[in-house]
Amino acid sequence: MIQSDKKLPDLPPPRRSDGAFGWIRANLFSSVTNTLLTLLAVYLLYIGLVPLIQWAFIDASWVGETRDDCAVGGACWVFIKTRLNQFVYGFYPEELYWRVNWVFILFGVLITLLIAEKTPYKKWIVIFTLTVFPIITFYLVYGGAFGLEVVETHKWGGLMLTLILAVVGIVAALPFGILLALGRRSTMPVIKTFCTLFIEIWRGVPLITVLFMASVMLPLFIPEEIVFDKLVRALIGIVMFQSAYMAEVVRGGLQAIPKGQYEAASALGLSYWKMMGLIILPQALKLMIPGIVNTFIALFKDTSLVLVIGLLDLLAIVQAGLADAKWAGYSVEGYVFVGLVFWVFCFGMSRYSQALEKKLDTGHKS
Amino acid sequence: MKKISICAVLTAVSVSFPMMASAADSTVKSVQKRGYVQCGVTTGLPGFSNPDDKGKWQGVDVDVCRAVAAAALGDANKVKYTPLTAKERFTALQSGEIDLLSRVTTWTITRDASLGLNFTGVTYYDGQGFMVSKELGVKSAKELDGASVCIQSGTTTELNLADYFRQNGMKFEPVVFDTADQTAKGFEAGRCDVLTSDQSQLYALRIKLSKPDNAVVLPEVISKEPLGPVVRQGDDQWFNLVKWTLFAMVNAEELGLTSSNIEKEKKSKNPEVQRFINGEGSKALGVPGDWAYQIVKQVGNYGEIFESNVGASSPLKIERGLNALWTKGGIQYAPPMR
Repeated sequence: MIQSDKKLPDLPPPRRSDGAFGWIRANLFSSVTNTLLTLLAVYLLYIGLVPLIQWAFIDASWVGETRDDCAVGGACWVFIKTRLNQFVYGFYPEELYWRVNWVFILFGVLITLLIAEKTPYKKWIVIFTLTVFPIITFYLVYGGAFGLEVVETHKWGGLMLTLILAVVGIVAALPFGILLALGRRSTMPVIKTFCTLFIEIWRGVPLITVLFMASVMLPLFIPEEIVFDKLVRALIGIVMFQSAYMAEVVRGGLQAIPKGQYEAASALGLSYWKMMGLIILPQALKLMIPGIVNTFIALFKDTSLVLVIGLLDLLAIVQAGLADAKWAGYSVEGYVFVGLVFWVFCFGMSRYSQALEKKLDTGHKS
Repeated sequence: MKKISICAVLTAVSVSFPMMASAADSTVKSVQKRGYVQCGVTTGLPGFSNPDDKGKWQGVDVDVCRAVAAAALGDANKVKYTPLTAKERFTALQSGEIDLLSRVTTWTITRDASLGLNFTGVTYYDGQGFMVSKELGVKSAKELDGASVCIQSGTTTELNLADYFRQNGMKFEPVVFDTADQTAKGFEAGRCDVLTSDQSQLYALRIKLSKPDNAVVLPEVISKEPLGPVVRQGDDQWFNLVKWTLFAMVNAEELGLTSSNIEKEKKSKNPEVQRFINGEGSKALGVPGDWAYQIVKQVGNYGEIFESNVGASSPLKIERGLNALWTKGGIQYAPPMR
């Protein structure tokens, strides 16, 4: 063995593979192709984002009262600002906004309590939200009792109407959907046929047709003296339509539960409803979360379709605002605003569903 | 505005039967019992009906609703507005959801004769026109041979345009857009030389341009679009009331009665003014004796309504044109109130 006591020269230090530099090198500039793609992407972002920021923030007008306060070139957020109340409350009387605000606050508090992990008495809060809260909401928004003045539904509009349509649709469609799905898988022929027919008929027509029928055809079949509120008609249409969709999502979840679970439950001597309520549905609903939330998000956005029957939801009321000759020409600002509001709500729902999935994950997935 | 929806025609046929059965209470009576007029308007059209910053409805069509309420109830604010889309407007009237449809509806024979409706008059004489940019230097539509034309799809505008160019032996290249807004944007971006639409629309689109003064509306009008309020057929008293509300507004302009001077004119010696203020015909119409006075006092005469909503004192700046009084070169004419 030859030994040398001469020290070998130090090797250069390895390239840094941690920290921001390391990450950038490894992910963005690892090869010639990747470098070129990165540069191209940066360039595209530059030509896209810079004018957008310029338009939306730097050149934009924020303060003022009329269109004269808007500088040419930038966005005119004055339009949104002066009409914000209308976009949120529709034609609701200004002095009664507090009633809607209370509903918003209560709704927000309840949702936060339900989302938070360690809320005490959660079961009671759920029951309160599903039973007492809708009644409170009805009397606050519509009035007619406890000395509250009646505010007719034709004065409702904007974001408030969008939320009412979506929340009622979502809350009512889920139980109906579960019942329909169970019915469709039932062995009783009458129930099975009825549920299948219901689902297939409502799923087979576009929502816009349902709304149109509810608004245009239905009044022709009922006597002139009976005034059947247009909003109620639209709501019934939306709930019917949505529960058919929900039923199919739930059925998908039910089918994913192995047969052994049903058999084990029966072997324990559980009745049908106990088997469903204690064994099957808790497992199935967990699997269905992405599907259910997907349906909810679709419904939330579908509510804008009520503009074809002259209900002024958020989108429609912004469009009506654009028709004001004093504000003509600011359609981009209006649509950007509507898009942002819708995005915030849908993104919120999506994040919540992901958190819920994680929380309920009991490790059946690999 | 001009789309005749097949659906509406069909529903009208299907509805005419149950409708005959239920014409028990007259509309004038039921409006007075209820305390407000139910009025169908657009979901937003500049100058005709749209909510203002405070959420109050405004426009020519809205003022017609207000005038009817002033005549029937003595208070112009007692109106419940129902925003309606073009497709549902006739059914809403037929089914009794509204008492009066005041929603830029073109008076045509099909609608008047077959839908179970009555047109009560013309509040605005509209017609299809052309808008070009000033730089083009065109003075008349006859010089538009070979032009590219921005149009909104699916309207009778398209058909009228084709007819007009064929009649005059000219060629054109259509550039079709989906909404009025997009059409204006396309015109502004230079996608076409000419933009065509109803004249009232042209003015509304014009103010949406970043430089409205660079565009001019040509004088030619190539179609007739008389717009007016509509009521259900079979209730002549209500029909008469709406009809004479319009006539009262035109007569008031002719007599020089405005919302600001009518108080003073109460002492006028002019017998025509006296008859107007004393509400000739109120018994037959089933309304209070000061109905005509209330219309002018609370809403104004026809000229005032026109000027404040679409005319010189509005952003639209539409000229009176055909809508001027017959004494001033237009065709707005009302039978005498005696």
